[in-house]
Amino acid sequence: MARRQAPEINAGSMADIAFLLLIFFLVTTTMDVDTGLTRRLPPPIEEEIEDPPEVKQRNVFQVLVNANDDLLVEGEPMLVSELREAAKEFIVGDPTFSDESMPEGKMTNVPILGDMMVSKQIVSLQNDRGTSYEMYIKVQNELVAAYNEVRDEFAVAKFGKSLSELEKESATSEKAELQVDAVKDVYPQRISEAEPKEIGGQ
Amino acid sequence: MSKFKKKDDGGQPAISTASLPDIVFMLLFFFMVTTVMREVTLKVKVTTPLATEVNKLERKSLVSYIYIGEPIKALQSQFGTTPRIQLNDAFATKHDIIQFVEAEREQTDPVEVPLMTFSMKVDKEAKMGIVTDVKQELRKANALKINYSTGKTDKILD
Repeated sequence: MARRQAPEINAGSMADIAFLLLIFFLVTTTMDVDTGLTRRLPPPIEEEIEDPPEVKQRNVFQVLVNANDDLLVEGEPMLVSELREAAKEFIVGDPTFSDESMPEGKMTNVPILGDMMVSKQIVSLQNDRGTSYEMYIKVQNELVAAYNEVRDEFAVAKFGKSLSELEKESATSEKAELQVDAVKDVYPQRISEAEPKEIGGQ
Repeated sequence: MSKFKKKDDGGQPAISTASLPDIVFMLLFFFMVTTVMREVTLKVKVTTPLATEVNKLERKSLVSYIYIGEPIKALQSQFGTTPRIQLNDAFATKHDIIQFVEAEREQTDPVEVPLMTFSMKVDKEAKMGIVTDVKQELRKANALKINYSTGKTDKILD
């Protein structure tokens, strides 16, 4: 006796249903990956520090931005496009640490490289309350870029690889991890943000 | 006569569309997985500035957003055009930030609290005054890991 064949379900509309769902997700999807500049804020000040540590003028790279988005770097007006080079020059400093206009050196123990003189550079950024956010980000970006470039050049000179390559390898290799630490110890990223002034108004 | 009956030639056989649903489902799953639903309705206009040295934000579940910008057109008659802070779905003042930080921490696994990032999506037209206020409040709340949301570009213009 022939078995009764179960009637085949028509799957023709399956595609339509799937298309409907597909279009829904296509419309609601936002493909943008969130990117941005990651920074660390200084911890809150618990008490007024009586004697703030003295920082010598020659160790500070002063960047001021006013309410009109004008840039004043070490007392000289400057364009954003020139800031990176100026900051790099300051961060690298003078290899002998004898130049009075460049930051001092400090004997520091660095992984792999041992004891060496490390520049006491600090970048100080002060902006006005009326500075536009766009300008602020541009300046921040240039300063971070300056550090990144200096570190990259140093990493290539010492270890033959750029910092991003070393960072990629540091997940698997302990040596690369130490090398990353060394580069960061030699050129620590010190961007200090002073409390903003309120001169230009909102 | 059947001997001469023409075989049913009927031209080309129809292309089977049976695998069409499979293809569509494949696309569907792709979009389902990559989709991120927008969690908040923006009440402020935010066009983030561009930067070159950007990092990708990882672990989206550990990121909380603070929006700053001028209210959108529909709300301008009510709230004016001065940049405002938006937390979750509502306008806020800088005094609400500490509470917001605490609420966000409450929702996170205690182990992961130190990894939390507060991403500031600020309109490029906004002034630094309001941004600084927010930063000071974040410092008070001990939320020190922050991120300035920016788009990526190859070159910064003056």
